Amino acid sequence: MNAERPEDPGQSEDPERPKEPERPKEPERPKEPERSDDPERPKEPERSEDPGGRPIGRRVFLGTLGLGALGLVTAPVVQRGLEGFLGAVAGEDPTGLTGLLPNGGGFRYYSVAASVPHRTAADYRLTVDGLVDRPRGYGLADLRALRQTRLVRDVQCVTGWRVPGTPFEGVRLADLLDAAGVRSSAKAVRFTCFDGTYSESLTLEQARRPDVLVALRMQDKDIGHDHGGPVRLYVAPMYFYKSAKWLSGITVTDRVRPGYWENLGYDVDAWVGRSNGRSDDPTG
Amino acid sequence: MTPPAETPAPPDARIRRFSPAERWVHRLTAALMGVCVLTAAVLYIPQLAVLVGRRDLVVRVHELAGVALPVPVLLGLASRAFRADLRFLNRFGPHDRLWLRAALVRDKRRSSRPAGKFNAGQKVYAAWIAGASLVMLGTGLLMWFTHLTPLVWRTSATFVHDWLALTIGVVLAGHIGMALADPESRRGLRTGTVSRQWAKREHPLWRP
Repeated sequence: MNAERPEDPGQSEDPERPKEPERPKEPERPKEPERSDDPERPKEPERSEDPGGRPIGRRVFLGTLGLGALGLVTAPVVQRGLEGFLGAVAGEDPTGLTGLLPNGGGFRYYSVAASVPHRTAADYRLTVDGLVDRPRGYGLADLRALRQTRLVRDVQCVTGWRVPGTPFEGVRLADLLDAAGVRSSAKAVRFTCFDGTYSESLTLEQARRPDVLVALRMQDKDIGHDHGGPVRLYVAPMYFYKSAKWLSGITVTDRVRPGYWENLGYDVDAWVGRSNGRSDDPTG
Repeated sequence: MTPPAETPAPPDARIRRFSPAERWVHRLTAALMGVCVLTAAVLYIPQLAVLVGRRDLVVRVHELAGVALPVPVLLGLASRAFRADLRFLNRFGPHDRLWLRAALVRDKRRSSRPAGKFNAGQKVYAAWIAGASLVMLGTGLLMWFTHLTPLVWRTSATFVHDWLALTIGVVLAGHIGMALADPESRRGLRTGTVSRQWAKREHPLWRP
């Protein structure tokens, strides 16, 4: 399935140029008619088809590689144009097929766990503990009873997709931290999830920002399971991997403990446009 | 039991088309490509991602299959029959131009589709998919080992990788579709032999 390599043996003479003058008189297969009744050389398997011809295959092969390199170089410009176009099309596409195109907009489902249990109002529980004076647990109704904040910002994934103007609504993380009474030795907050695998973290200063929510609603609906419901973290100014889905634990710690993706090389301070080597427009 | 002199071979005679080396190269490449495509689908299509989860495991399988993809072809270079096939795939004669022109105007008559061991469409496909696979490998490595290059490259590599993946998916579907429509060509890759009639009909210029 690969094309021929230039250094392939048995190719020493390049018949492309020398053959050129003879081509008008159909030189490619003059011997073929006499092949079957030529007793001299009946055995030449695999070799009898025109040995000449132009090495077009190699040119297609190298041309494809060249186009790939060109695509790499021009990608930033092309991508910007395409994103704008697809974003506009996706808005009016009833089939949703454009969502499957690269950069076609819409959310992608990423889970690192094999399967994630479903939690409902009946059995959902969010615990706040660690370096706090008053550790406690919240049910869904408890969270809904607290002051709700609604933010409308873009969502930017570190893999490139961006969903513009997405409303999130929920309780400010700062409110929960204040209610628990953070001790003076505390420096950071660690988040754990009921998928059993994912974790995240923020510095205490980041966690107290007004655009960091314990979100109950997204796109003006209760957050469904696939989007990390019933409760997920929402860190508006950072790449979306910081917004841990299926949030079940908030632990105040004395230092930042890198989360799941951060242990795999992603930045801990994941400001959109200022981390992970990306230059996206800020969302915060 | 001497047949009459005029009768060439019996019409149902089988002739050799592929050696074991060529068949194994195709088989292993197809398997690795299949793994790449399936894992890519799981990484990309939300509904499948929901079903499978385990994103980092799927990514790892995808990466390993992608890196291994060129290996069967490289091993195949040890086989003389495989190298001869590469030569056939590379060289385009005047009949290939006829074939391509007929394909462009959807002229399906046999007489306007002369072909040697491989027809011009197969030659173009082989060269293109080889180049495209290496572009996928290169951009994939840029996405994998991000610390080796300036990080803007990752975004560009992701862009090329995604769109080329979509293109490969379409072309590959065509490749498989054409194989499904031609049982004898599949038999050729499965058993190594094809019927004489088929060879005469589909590859009249081929001299096995």
